[in-house]
Amino acid sequence: MSASTTEAVAQHSLQHHFATMEQQRQSTTLGMWIFLVTEIMFFGGLFTAYLVYRTAHPDVWEMGSQHMEFWLGTINTVILLTSSFFVALSVHYAQRGMTKITALLLFLTVLCGIGFLGIKAVEYHNHYKEGTVPGPWWHYNQVENPDGTTRPAPHELQLFFYLYFVMTGLHALHVTIGIVLLALIGLWAWQGKYTAEYHNPVHISGLYWHFVDLVWIFLYPLLYLIANKHA
Amino acid sequence: MSEHVLPIRVYVLTFIALMALMVLTAFLSTVPMGRELNTVVALFIAAIKATLVLLFFMHLKYENYILSTVVFVAGLFWLLIFFGLTLVDYSSRHVMGVPGH
Amino acid sequence: MATTAVANPVERENYLNTNYGIKSWLLTTDHKRIAILYLISITLMFFIGGFFATLIRLELLTPQGDLMTADTYNKVFSMHGIVMVFFFLIPSIPATLGNFLIPMMIGAKDLAFPRINLLSWYIYIVSACLLIYVIVNGGVDTGWTFYTPFSTTYSNTNVFLAGIAIFINGFSSILTGLNFIVTLHRMRAPGMTWSRLPLFCWSHYATSVIQVLGTPVIAITLALVAIERVWHIGIFDPKVGGDPVLFQHMFWFYSHPAVYIMILPSMAVMSEIITCFSRKRIFGYAFVALASIGIAVIGFLVWAHHMFVAGISAYAALVFSLLSYFVAVPSAIKVFNWTATMYKGNISLRTPMLYALGFIGLFTIGGMTGLFLACLGIDPHVTDTYFVVAHFHFIMVGGAVMAYLGGIHFWWPKMTGRMYSEIWGKVAAFLIFAGFNLTFLPQFILGYAGMPRRYHAYVPEYQVLNVLSTAGASILALGYLLPLIYLLSSLRNGAIAGDNPWAAQGLEWKTSSPPPTFNFEETPVVTWEAYDYEQMPKEVPVVS
Repeated sequence: MSASTTEAVAQHSLQHHFATMEQQRQSTTLGMWIFLVTEIMFFGGLFTAYLVYRTAHPDVWEMGSQHMEFWLGTINTVILLTSSFFVALSVHYAQRGMTKITALLLFLTVLCGIGFLGIKAVEYHNHYKEGTVPGPWWHYNQVENPDGTTRPAPHELQLFFYLYFVMTGLHALHVTIGIVLLALIGLWAWQGKYTAEYHNPVHISGLYWHFVDLVWIFLYPLLYLIANKHA
Repeated sequence: MSEHVLPIRVYVLTFIALMALMVLTAFLSTVPMGRELNTVVALFIAAIKATLVLLFFMHLKYENYILSTVVFVAGLFWLLIFFGLTLVDYSSRHVMGVPGH
Repeated sequence: MATTAVANPVERENYLNTNYGIKSWLLTTDHKRIAILYLISITLMFFIGGFFATLIRLELLTPQGDLMTADTYNKVFSMHGIVMVFFFLIPSIPATLGNFLIPMMIGAKDLAFPRINLLSWYIYIVSACLLIYVIVNGGVDTGWTFYTPFSTTYSNTNVFLAGIAIFINGFSSILTGLNFIVTLHRMRAPGMTWSRLPLFCWSHYATSVIQVLGTPVIAITLALVAIERVWHIGIFDPKVGGDPVLFQHMFWFYSHPAVYIMILPSMAVMSEIITCFSRKRIFGYAFVALASIGIAVIGFLVWAHHMFVAGISAYAALVFSLLSYFVAVPSAIKVFNWTATMYKGNISLRTPMLYALGFIGLFTIGGMTGLFLACLGIDPHVTDTYFVVAHFHFIMVGGAVMAYLGGIHFWWPKMTGRMYSEIWGKVAAFLIFAGFNLTFLPQFILGYAGMPRRYHAYVPEYQVLNVLSTAGASILALGYLLPLIYLLSSLRNGAIAGDNPWAAQGLEWKTSSPPPTFNFEETPVVTWEAYDYEQMPKEVPVVS
């Protein structure tokens, strides 16, 4: 894109109430950071409930973690970290004005996101079959003992799974929103909407995706890594 | 443009570090250290991973992002207030008792 | 008697007449028009909440529950609380006066995110419509506090939908707060440093921080209640190891700071009115500014003082009681500083100042009774009685509503270009003050004497004070109706206000009334300190 066209794109993207592109860029970036703080507090309520109940029922939490599929969770963590890498690179290329590469990287990120959701769907389905979906679908009432006999499952196990589903469900909802957002931004990047002077939407959408990754970085050890069953 | 363009090398190194930490945390979870220590170690590694994402992928280390850093740290601090003061209740119910019980 | 010499400036191009038609209002991104949209919606919700208050006071005229059943009464006070807290008090000053004035006070053309501002209003409208549907469909009977397990398991009312309505409404609040924070950081005109910012902006900044940090927590809490209603999955259910008190922790983590969301903007208005009508700089600018931040921070540390008798540990009660004493300090600092501002000032008792003086007295009483409630020795005796009801109504009605009305009266000429009738303004202010005191002072006595709250019947000994309270409420209602009439009438018949009818300081007064769409002809460059009343006339002019 020629210098004058990129300038024209930039000027066209300057909203009337801002004096300069820099002011607009700083404002939208700050806005996104503040939004991420609201998300911290939103998830934070669930983490608080987790904290309270885990300290109250540590054995049940360990039992619950044994029902998590370690490898699926680990693969999902790898997928999300990789997707963050792609997003960070896409911002880099947007800064250099190479928007086709930006778009490709964003589409790769979207694919990672879809992969993540696919694995989560498999996990959820497995839990459903096992009977550990809380509420009307719960039918996991007997726990196997080491000697083959069974004992009744503790009631608090439902609490663990409730938190599991709500926390990962809310996270998956945010992943879905991120997928839609990045797909849109990727499409616009492909169509040349962004330039080296004006690409902050790519940047702040990336921030959102990184945040989604951050939440998972904490969900993973808290849900999957409590019990050392995979030694 | 006051935006700092990071060399690709920074992102690649961060990614490699994140993967290494991921392998480490998965491996350490199989090493029995006692329930509390396992948890602390796992959360500590998670915190390092999160810091790397924040500093490098999210650019907090660069440009004039003091404000954004303050904002994010404030959010975390507030979460800790929520955790901490709620735990003041739950952790002390057996210590001083609950009025009326 | 000076008449302003501007020849009908309301005919000049301004934000009101620049475009006509419903589309130009419903699709506007002008912060001033959005403020007016909010003003209309919030007034409507205020009167809906007031309708429920009327029903409460009518029922409580007699000791027997004769006007309605207990179940209906539960719904009435619940809807009164929900409407007043979430749909009137929390948005009131920020969404109307904050939206209108903050860009002007800092010399900007608009807020940082005008379209998000409009979205905020639409989210508010959607949530309000949903709530009105809930009301028509029978309301909820859980109290605005939604305590579990009644709300999750045993109530037979529209808890799910009400929870969703408040959830949605929360986003309106969050987005407004986000907008204000970014605006104040990034949109200030050249020379408008933080230390020259009107205290109105400082207080709204503190309010916005609370909105951003606290509201998401009530959102997730009500979402969990909604999930429990629908799928009967009990996160707060003891049968599966849950704790109902955890709901209260999560609920009050937001709802206590929420009361500071309601009072900080009122304090914002106070700083502007008192300086103008004392013709003096604010006393201790830095202290007032920092006190706003202090209130916001400490306000997050005290929530379990609502839970002293709920089953928290005695140790936690100690901690929260101590912290609750600290939160009074910054508020007290502000009251001292406003009083010191008035000292040796040239006081002018116009309508906005009457509201401000009423605020100082009533807020102080309300705040001090809060200290009684923070005391662990007293609280178990007066909790869930009318003492608490009187305490928070003194702050919310005697404080926040009076400040809101004071602010509306102060900036009405700026927003509309018209002056209202000063006589009717004074009459309404006196009626409101008198009616308010008659309504709520008896309730302190009632509560201390043991009358519980949220009951539709009571023992006959309490009747006299209840009758006084209801009588006061009827005067209060009349007082609230009057401004509706004379303010609307001023739009047609009021005197032309001119740019600065109060000879006030502040950038908003340096542009025309009503302001042009982009606020200023040219971006101002600020070279003076805030509240520079030495440069202004010693008397507030009279406009007729």
